[in-house]
Amino acid sequence: MDLTPTPAQTVGPFYGFALPFEGGEQLVSRSHPAAVRFHGTVFDGEGAPIPDALIEIWQADEAGRIPREEGSLNRDGYTFTGWGRTSVDNNGHYSFTTVEPAALRQGSAPYILVAVFARGLLDRLYTRAYLPDDNQALTADPLVASVPADRRDTLICERDDQGNLRFDIHLQGENETVFLTYPNTPQVTGPIDD
Amino acid sequence: MGQMNTNPDAAVASQEEISAEISALHQEYERSKSQGGAEETNVRLNFPPYRSSLLRHPTKSLHHADPEEIELHSPAFGDRDVSPLEADLTIQHGGEPIGERIVVVGRVIDADGHPVPHQLVEVWQANAAGRYIHKRDQHPAPIDPNFTGVGRILTNANGEYSFTTIKPAPYPWKNHHNAWRSAHIHFSLFGTAFTQRIVTQMYFPGDPLFDLDPIYQSITDPAARDRLVAQYDHTVSQHEWNTGYRWDIVLSGTNRTWTEQEEQ
Ligand SMILES: [Fe+2]
Repeated sequence: MDLTPTPAQTVGPFYGFALPFEGGEQLVSRSHPAAVRFHGTVFDGEGAPIPDALIEIWQADEAGRIPREEGSLNRDGYTFTGWGRTSVDNNGHYSFTTVEPAALRQGSAPYILVAVFARGLLDRLYTRAYLPDDNQALTADPLVASVPADRRDTLICERDDQGNLRFDIHLQGENETVFLTYPNTPQVTGPIDD
Repeated sequence: MGQMNTNPDAAVASQEEISAEISALHQEYERSKSQGGAEETNVRLNFPPYRSSLLRHPTKSLHHADPEEIELHSPAFGDRDVSPLEADLTIQHGGEPIGERIVVVGRVIDADGHPVPHQLVEVWQANAAGRYIHKRDQHPAPIDPNFTGVGRILTNANGEYSFTTIKPAPYPWKNHHNAWRSAHIHFSLFGTAFTQRIVTQMYFPGDPLFDLDPIYQSITDPAARDRLVAQYDHTVSQHEWNTGYRWDIVLSGTNRTWTEQEEQ
């Protein structure tokens, strides 16, 4: 039996009636005592916002526990399932309501795992949105440390005036986000610049 | 690439120009493979004949990451999330949709050969006239009031899925002049690890548009392209009711050890 992984194809422009669902962006209710807004804009290589991207997040809870409960598509308002999905709006902006995850283990910094899908993007891209406040943890994190210093900031959320987490995503260009590849997960970039 | 029009809806290039770009990239890949270059089992992110990709592919290498625990797990979905009725796209309205009724079945396994049980499969598609229920789809083909084109399925204990729908038609798009997409059903799948997440498209055997379609051809390796094509399966066809197709899906490996899997 052929066990070569099936190739990906773009999500295309017409996922809007199929993939987003009511409450997809609300991992917790806005009235949750630890609720935080996690949001940002998705940009293309010319710095223009992309109006047809879909963002998914997957994260641990405030204790660093990985949720195992069902109910993401049909939320009960109480169970933290750790997964969310939302489309960007016409200005390329996405917004989730969630809680800040704790670190998964000693020696790693806490982050929200992000998957990006878009028209024009032939395969999904992964990145990590690290929480910004604990510099010591960030410096010690093996992934953050392995990224060249001049690109590290693309992996770290900004804390805005209201305490929200801001995480812009640049698919291309000067501030291109660091996208991740994992072992046993074949991805093909095609020709690249570096 | 500097001179290429980056407006994905410009529709300026001819099919001949797009086809020539595709075959140049494929020939270059074949040459490199014959000289010991890597086999490309996945789609290319940078594939200029698909004009929408020009400004949306990373220009730097993807950065290697060792998965942490969150990447070794996936969200869980269950009966709370998906109703069995969502596996029949032909019963969502008052009447029968127009078109060829088909049943699509298959098995979701990972690259280690393990089935992916009780996991979410989402599908969406155009109708039998090639029209989507989507406000941005302006193709002047009829909307079918009895067909939305969205389904959800949970795989069973063996990783198998099955859904009933209408065979979608090809549809035009603006990548180049007189551009048509091969007929396809969009699929979104989760594995047991979030690194196995995939969105892809299933195609039908013998589609005359394959060679002309820069999205399908953005997979440079012909063996890899074939993996997106379903097989007609007469054992899935039912007497005076539907024709049948089979499409098995292989997710990437999990990066988990066997002991970790047993603990699930
Ligand atoms: Fe499509």
